Amino acid sequence: MIRIAAETPWYELFSRGARDWLRHNQKVRAAVKESLPELLAGADLISRPGNRTVLVPVKFLEHARFRLLDPQSRQGAGQGKGQPGDVLQPAREESDSQGRAGGTGNGEIKFVVELKIDEIVDWLWEELKLPELKPKRAATLDEPDYVREGWDKRGARSRLDRRRTMKEAVKRRSIQTDPVAIVNDDLRFRQLVKRATPATNAAVLFALDVSGSMDEAQRRLAKQFFFFALQGIRRQYSKVETLFLAHAAQAWEFDESQFFQASSSGGTVTSCVAQLALEVVQKRFDPSRYNTYFFYASDGENAAEDRDEARSSLGELAGLLNYAGYVETGGVATFRPRETQLAEIFGELKAKGGPVGVSHLGSQEDIWRTIREFFTEQSKND
Amino acid sequence: MTELDEYAERIESLAHRLGLDYYPVDFEMAPASLMTEIAVYGLPIRMPHWSFGVRYIHQLVHQSMGHSKIFEVMFPGDPCRAFLMDTNSLAENALVTAHVVGHADFSKNNLLFSRFHEMAGGNIVEKAAAHAQRIQQAIEAAGLERVEAVLDAALALESHVDVGGELHRARYPEFIAEKKKSTVTAFHQRYSQLPGASEPEALPLGLQLSPQRTRVPPHPEYDLLWFIANYAPELEQWERDIFLAVRAESLYFYPVFACQIMNEGWASYWHARLLREADFLPQQTYLAAIKAHSDVVRPYASGEQTALAINPYHLGFTLWEHIVEKHGLAHARQVMREEDDFGFIRNFLDRELAEKLDLFVYEVHQGDEIRVANRDLEAVREAILAPKFNFGAPRVAAVEIKPDGGLILAHEHASDGRGLDAARAKKVLEYTRRVWRRPVRLHTVNDRSEAIELAA
Repeated sequence: MIRIAAETPWYELFSRGARDWLRHNQKVRAAVKESLPELLAGADLISRPGNRTVLVPVKFLEHARFRLLDPQSRQGAGQGKGQPGDVLQPAREESDSQGRAGGTGNGEIKFVVELKIDEIVDWLWEELKLPELKPKRAATLDEPDYVREGWDKRGARSRLDRRRTMKEAVKRRSIQTDPVAIVNDDLRFRQLVKRATPATNAAVLFALDVSGSMDEAQRRLAKQFFFFALQGIRRQYSKVETLFLAHAAQAWEFDESQFFQASSSGGTVTSCVAQLALEVVQKRFDPSRYNTYFFYASDGENAAEDRDEARSSLGELAGLLNYAGYVETGGVATFRPRETQLAEIFGELKAKGGPVGVSHLGSQEDIWRTIREFFTEQSKND
Repeated sequence: MTELDEYAERIESLAHRLGLDYYPVDFEMAPASLMTEIAVYGLPIRMPHWSFGVRYIHQLVHQSMGHSKIFEVMFPGDPCRAFLMDTNSLAENALVTAHVVGHADFSKNNLLFSRFHEMAGGNIVEKAAAHAQRIQQAIEAAGLERVEAVLDAALALESHVDVGGELHRARYPEFIAEKKKSTVTAFHQRYSQLPGASEPEALPLGLQLSPQRTRVPPHPEYDLLWFIANYAPELEQWERDIFLAVRAESLYFYPVFACQIMNEGWASYWHARLLREADFLPQQTYLAAIKAHSDVVRPYASGEQTALAINPYHLGFTLWEHIVEKHGLAHARQVMREEDDFGFIRNFLDRELAEKLDLFVYEVHQGDEIRVANRDLEAVREAILAPKFNFGAPRVAAVEIKPDGGLILAHEHASDGRGLDAARAKKVLEYTRRVWRRPVRLHTVNDRSEAIELAA
């Protein structure tokens, strides 16, 4: 007997396929996090406040099974006309231009995950166990602002605290014999007072050596480092201004989109970028109102005759900053046992107790170590 | 009573008259979403796992490109459960009803199917739903991560079950009896001792009689799911349950897998025949149904001259028509009872049919060029059957448990012809290690046929 039931109650409740698909995506996200530094290197990520997500192209996760090695040639059974030796499907390279129809059939599906940058950075900070940044003490009592404080029986309608008002009404009614619901006396309004609050403005200056000796790879490393340093600072401050300075024998201010493309064949004169930074800080970022950070990436080869000039201007700059970080780029091959001039100068400033960090960024893998060094160093300085 | 109800009833009585014998079938109209999930999970309700999510997306993409339409899915049992796509036309549903009756007849009578039916009972749909329910409880108790780790391992080893073994299989005996003393024959007496040598001393009594503790495993064990469930050093009960649940479902899938060509062919033979003899169907409905039939049972996609995969509906259908024509229905029924695809193809795909069907073996060379290799009958048969050996998986056995509890697996590369894909195998070892909780190692060969050991 065949019965035909038309009721379909249970399967519409939820989709098991979608549930497992979402779980797969969660796992992809987790996997993506593990290879973030490489993935984030490509895009233009530093500013763009409106667009705080990154799209990362990923592959589907594969649930592995035991499988035989791919053989040199594979065999299968087919059906149709054709004599031994006939080509059924030409090699892929040739047919690409004509646009294959069907063919292998299981066309690859590409997909991208969208990651929130804040999420990434929070995760990184937890993972790296990095300390929170502290605003400079000198700049903590500076910004007067209105804060909520206490209640009054009179005030503007918009500041009526309904919860508080209801509490008052309840209290009153509990001691009255024939109570009215609400009287004017129950009303409570929030009050505002002007108080100095810790300054939460930060300015971050990124300076990059774009002279001939800095190659593409080194600049990319610097960019990745800058990106994460900036994100770390963004975590802490409500308002962050960024400034991009590039220099060779001369220094210029750039906007971000051009910053990393900039290159120059000239020699390296660090003092000029230090001067420019000094100028900018003095003019635009009053140290009493801003927490200023300066990150400088270079391969360390400064012109010999610029040594004293660079030392004095960097020293002066460091005095105005919360923190100055110097990253020396250069692959393992170019790693020199002797100190470069800039490493030496920054080393001296640090030895004198200045808020300075020095690190070497040789390759991709060093980025997390460098970030960690800078941020732990920075919190020690406070 | 709807028209379909009426047709279904008349198709069924016609089927009984023609000698079909099956457990009752519960039909349910199902929306496309459920049909898709059944295609992905293999069962209407099954355990959750992220790997199904990937297949689900692939399936959705395929369907949206119009590559596959699912008319029906049938789960053998008592009663059988059949799901019909609710967008099928009346004609398609008449066809599908007859098709399902063919499947129902096959699954009650084929020995592989009936063996599983006897071991597991005829309610796999409910059983799988119960497994899913228990796994959900395990997730609530132990957390998603831990349950997922167990499922990662169990599902990766899904095909590594002993398909000839029992569903409820006992552990190895703890001891084996002492070795039987060989009977002393006159021949043995005469030559056992050299002239002049002294009589060999008998072994001390205790040692001789104590039974031997069984080595685990006593022989290479191919039923990896069963072996891990029973012998993993620190497996918790709920983890063991998951392994055994995956194993039960896997054993259920085996007959479907191993008889696919026969089973689809049988069902196609019967839907064609039942509709042909169903004089109660209006002409229009019959034509529409036969049109649907020829869309399903065709060797090539429309507009193509060759296919690089053999449509099991078409191959099976042609073979059954040939067998019934040549040997009669009674003989066909006997073949249906006794064979699986291996016997079916090797015994009944003859030269005449292979030529009629234009079957060939193709070869894919480096650079993806595909050529017709040959039309040799033996080679064609084996090329059809090759993906079906050993449940479609490489032969991997558990061979030893080391004193530290480490598990040694060995791949039979000689019979499989080549080694394992090392990256994937390593992944599987990692999954396995998380449940075995001791090192897991695997012996296989690399692409230069040198022995290698993978470890996790």
